[in-house]
Amino acid sequence: MNSYKADLHIHTVLSPCGDLDMSPKTIVDKALAKGLDIIGITDHNSTKHCKLIKQIAEKEGVFTLMGAEVTTKEEVHCLAFFENFNQLDDFQKYIETFLPPIENDVDKFGYQAVVDENEDIIELEKYLLLSGLNQSIDEVEQKVHSLNGLFIPAHIDRPSFSISSQLGFIPFDLNIDAFEVSAKGKIEHLKEVINVHKDKCIIRTSDAHYPNQIGEAYCSFIMQHRTFEEIRMALKKENGRTVILS
Amino acid sequence: MTVNELVKQLRLQVFGGEQGLSNEITGGYTSDLLSDVMGHADSGKVWITLQTHKNVLGVASLKELAAVILIKNLQPDNDMLNQAQQEGIPILGTGKAAFEISGELYNLLKK
Repeated sequence: MNSYKADLHIHTVLSPCGDLDMSPKTIVDKALAKGLDIIGITDHNSTKHCKLIKQIAEKEGVFTLMGAEVTTKEEVHCLAFFENFNQLDDFQKYIETFLPPIENDVDKFGYQAVVDENEDIIELEKYLLLSGLNQSIDEVEQKVHSLNGLFIPAHIDRPSFSISSQLGFIPFDLNIDAFEVSAKGKIEHLKEVINVHKDKCIIRTSDAHYPNQIGEAYCSFIMQHRTFEEIRMALKKENGRTVILS
Repeated sequence: MTVNELVKQLRLQVFGGEQGLSNEITGGYTSDLLSDVMGHADSGKVWITLQTHKNVLGVASLKELAAVILIKNLQPDNDMLNQAQQEGIPILGTGKAAFEISGELYNLLKK
């Protein structure tokens, strides 16, 4: 088995709250500088930078999980990851179908820019990506799994936009692949919060919005190779694979 | 006042959980954060919310609330309805926004 250093929650310049310096190239450069083997690209309600970052990162030997940080109807933030471009495109269409048509106010929320490999802006996302999709957490979870994806409730230790703050407790029958805890979140008390899901894997990420935050929190994936299925096995602690918190 | 009387006075729709219509009401609580309701609502309160997740009934049952009012013509999710039948806690509905229905409930209970 090998140990791979992973930071699975990184925003880009496309997220309104993401720093303008968070271009695909900068993210890959920082990931390399921090010695990350795996990165996860998770903009708010958009997957539009994933393919470009995957192309740039994998030339440099950094494995990229493509996905998004979805906001559900209940305003719960959840990470979703997909293995290939077709599944990613399908999920992007799903997001666009259910994102409320509320326009982004750039002065208040910031730019939502899609850029190319030269860091030139090729598209400005019109609708505010922070809005909640008109889909319940159960519907989002089912969509993610119908596309063979991974479904991970985000920063469950936080008092806002987390599954525990919005829903009081974690639904017993929700099909969860892992939980995410924030960069400095304590995990001792979380065993009670996650209750019947207590055997599920917990990952720690940076939730980076600025270049310097990339890799500031991470976890180590113990597995054979860097593939989507190996990562799934590590999250499920199957066949000797596992995840170790930093 | 019972939930049944409240339904008549505020002309509310009854979606489910009819077994609890005779529950006695002690007050109201308006919030859309389930963790907040778990922390701060007391038994016998009527909970005014826009959340339609089945966990609403889990929290309502835990806190022994009298009923739940969904605002703005929101419809309960199917599993929320099933949960209401199981728990025997009425889910009620109104076309009004949280501010208006909270005010009406407040005035009614103040009398």
